Amino acid sequence: MRIKTTLSIIVRVALLCMALAVAATACGEDLQTTAIGEGDAEALAQENASDTASEDQGEEASTCFDDPGLESITPGGDEAGTTITLATHDSFVLSDGTLAAFTDATGISVEQVAVGDAGQLVSQSILTKDNPTADVLFGIDNAFLCRGLEADLFVPYASPALSDVDDELELDPYNRVTPISFGDVCVNYWSDALAGPAPATLDDLADPVHADQFVTQNPETSSPGFAFLLATISEYGDDGWENYWESLVENGVSITSGWNDAYYGEFIAGGGDRSIVTSYASSPPAEFLFADPPVDTPPTAVLDDSCFRQIEFAGVLAGTEHPEAAAALIDFMLGITYQEDVPLNMFVYPANGRAALPESFVDFGPLVDDARTIDPAVIETNRDDWTERWNNIVLG
Amino acid sequence: MEQHRSGLTPARLRRAGLAAGPIAFLGIFFVWPVSTLLFRGLVDHQSAITDVISSASIRGAAWFTLWQALVSTLLTLVIAMPLAAVVANVEFRGRRLVMALVTIPFVLPTVVVAGAFLATSDRTGLDSGPFSLSKSVFAIIVAHVFFNVAVIVRTVGGYWSQLSRTDEQAARTLGTSASMTFLRITVRRLQPSLLAATSIVFLFSFTSFGVILILGGARQRTIETEIYRYAISRTDFATASVLSVVQLVVVVILVALNTRLRARLPRSDRLAADRPQAWRNRSTAFIPIGTVLITLALLCIPIAVLIEQSLRTGGGWGFDHYRSLTERPPFLTVTPLRALMNSLGFATVATAIAVFFGGWASLAITYSSRGVSRLLDVGYLLPLGTSAVTLGFGILITFDTGIVDLRQSWIIIPLVQALIGIPFVTRAVVPVLRAIDPNLRDAAASMGASPAKIRRDIDLPIARRALVVGGGFAFAISLGEFGATSFVGRRPDLMTVPLAIARLLSQPGQSIRGQAMALSVILMVVTAVVLLAVDRTDSAATI
Repeated sequence: MRIKTTLSIIVRVALLCMALAVAATACGEDLQTTAIGEGDAEALAQENASDTASEDQGEEASTCFDDPGLESITPGGDEAGTTITLATHDSFVLSDGTLAAFTDATGISVEQVAVGDAGQLVSQSILTKDNPTADVLFGIDNAFLCRGLEADLFVPYASPALSDVDDELELDPYNRVTPISFGDVCVNYWSDALAGPAPATLDDLADPVHADQFVTQNPETSSPGFAFLLATISEYGDDGWENYWESLVENGVSITSGWNDAYYGEFIAGGGDRSIVTSYASSPPAEFLFADPPVDTPPTAVLDDSCFRQIEFAGVLAGTEHPEAAAALIDFMLGITYQEDVPLNMFVYPANGRAALPESFVDFGPLVDDARTIDPAVIETNRDDWTERWNNIVLG
Repeated sequence: MEQHRSGLTPARLRRAGLAAGPIAFLGIFFVWPVSTLLFRGLVDHQSAITDVISSASIRGAAWFTLWQALVSTLLTLVIAMPLAAVVANVEFRGRRLVMALVTIPFVLPTVVVAGAFLATSDRTGLDSGPFSLSKSVFAIIVAHVFFNVAVIVRTVGGYWSQLSRTDEQAARTLGTSASMTFLRITVRRLQPSLLAATSIVFLFSFTSFGVILILGGARQRTIETEIYRYAISRTDFATASVLSVVQLVVVVILVALNTRLRARLPRSDRLAADRPQAWRNRSTAFIPIGTVLITLALLCIPIAVLIEQSLRTGGGWGFDHYRSLTERPPFLTVTPLRALMNSLGFATVATAIAVFFGGWASLAITYSSRGVSRLLDVGYLLPLGTSAVTLGFGILITFDTGIVDLRQSWIIIPLVQALIGIPFVTRAVVPVLRAIDPNLRDAAASMGASPAKIRRDIDLPIARRALVVGGGFAFAISLGEFGATSFVGRRPDLMTVPLAIARLLSQPGQSIRGQAMALSVILMVVTAVVLLAVDRTDSAATI
């Protein structure tokens, strides 16, 4: 008797769900979707297997660097007294008083809102595009750049301070985003714990002498993990990276979900037993600065050949009511006060070439001259396909 | 059913009024934002539905989600019930301390617990094989047990301690063996509370995120991690929405089944204020002592590892990491101490909201007609079974208009945390309210007591212990909450302790890591102290 009632509840819930699905279907004509099931992606991966990673992959190719046909903001006007909001990820930190210097100089107040990590920040901004939570966004990087540009998140603004910024950092020809800081994701190794000579190339990571020594992160759940995958794609091309990863798997590579589980879980630094890990170019300086007990030189070093450049951008969000004040904040973020505050708060390099670097950065975190890069449009076009293929090879 | 007998219009009106508040709260802060998000995700993207349903990998993830949650729940019961029996029946010095200690895991950030598990597995040799505590299904299940023992011990143990012992004593006098008495009588009487508590443990394991990612390694996927993958890594809100619907449907079906089972149980039971008794027989004292020691040891190994790591400094041992917590380290927007103040402030507000609406909802669930009662009972569990992505993003796109733009307001954080805390309140309080003998209320009514007076003078004092248990959980949930808080966004100076710990643990440098460990230990101690203090007010009141 009771079972009958239970069943009737289940049936009612099921009916309700079906009704919802039918209603949703009836609401829209346009059946275009971005959803890809695993089966589809596999088929797609096979189709694309012979293609090379380039911008001209037919209809799928990202259009993010097409002319948006938008006017650039022209700064000017007195914006004193206005308040604007700066949205960032959780890792955004400045010294006390840095933003106050901006308010002192311009009369514009800045409120801040922090959301999760860079991926959450971009997803959230796309979701709230029609009614943004902020006027300026900081923290979209080159790996996610085209996703933001395709969603028309930003309005163009060409800051005069860009003249002090290396052209290689300016990825958007229409200045919808402005490079603020950058860093490299690099393979790090614990110098004293290596089983053989220090690895010098990506190939060395597949050398049996370093068997069971390398730990890196899942590209779908970790930003350094994705950057390392991109580094291998830039080295071996669309034809070769899968073979390389197969050899890494044979050599006992370990995969974690996030940076912390790799660096502090399996790498020597946290008591683990692996001597090679995917981390940042700035990790050795941090190991020096925050060593306990103090050390003369960092215990870790960087594998230059593995470095992939991550550039972090700021942009004025479309829909802002204070474009000129927002533009003034972009100018300030490229200015010397802000730029020299960046390295020791966030462990990244300032985009402005005139900003002085702290000593520990000069000594232990030398920049790699030719860090690897991939066109953000190519990344956006291929991301899901690459990660799906990576899943099949590495996680099986 | 007695309370329905009157059938008078004013009584019906009162009942409607009683249910209106909890329904409105849930409707505004849960149903509205979640349905807004799901509608936005699904409209124009119907093919995502068939894509998801036909995807083998997503079916695999759904199946894994279900079975790991069931196994986690069963194992939690097996491990927690002996301790629940002891704290419910035996009075001993330190009983309240034990109750507070088991709750500590609740506030510990997953990233910290996972680190402690890894360190434990290294030291015990459990770092490979099927019982590895690192990157295995076993590790996931052990972690779920670790987090959830408190739910059984506090909820079931609290209820148990309020049951009168007369039935059992009668059975024993008639010659029934102790084990038969337990199986035939006590287990049956505990069922309302057992079913209520297991549903929470199940949902907690069903939607767990950090544990799956960190302790499961990159290979294990659940509906929850897949929602995150599609919504965040791929910005594919259509697929994420379908997955959220699948998650909600499974949760609704299972919770409805659970509610059905509970409805079959007798509605009232004999409650009594006889508090746990001292264990008289010295020769068998090893039974309660052993139970407490074994369970605590299991819970305390990771906690001890954590304390050790917080005290280890470059020069040996010391409190250096604790001392440095008063300064703002690089990477943090506030000092760790300020983060602790923020967390305590949020937790206080969240607990107040959770106890108020949870208590109100419990009354409504107890007194309303069957339909409304079931709707509320199931509805208030759903936030616990909903992805943090769905809840967080839903609120973000719903409360965004000029009149109620909650996006920049601090209140949004305790509100979200209270939604997750309320089920702990209702699941502790409703079984007790239902167990109250209706004759008691009828007698009061026949002597002229108004319904409000009955609630104040009968229901509230009897439900007080359960309210304290539920409120304690709401407090702990809020202190440890990470997921939804990181989605709704907040001013940088409102950083909470779990966010600060996660941030510190995302940087190289041994001293930074030591600070994260010290901050975790402080979070633990503060939780234990607050819960102890709260439990004490309860004992003062019930005597």
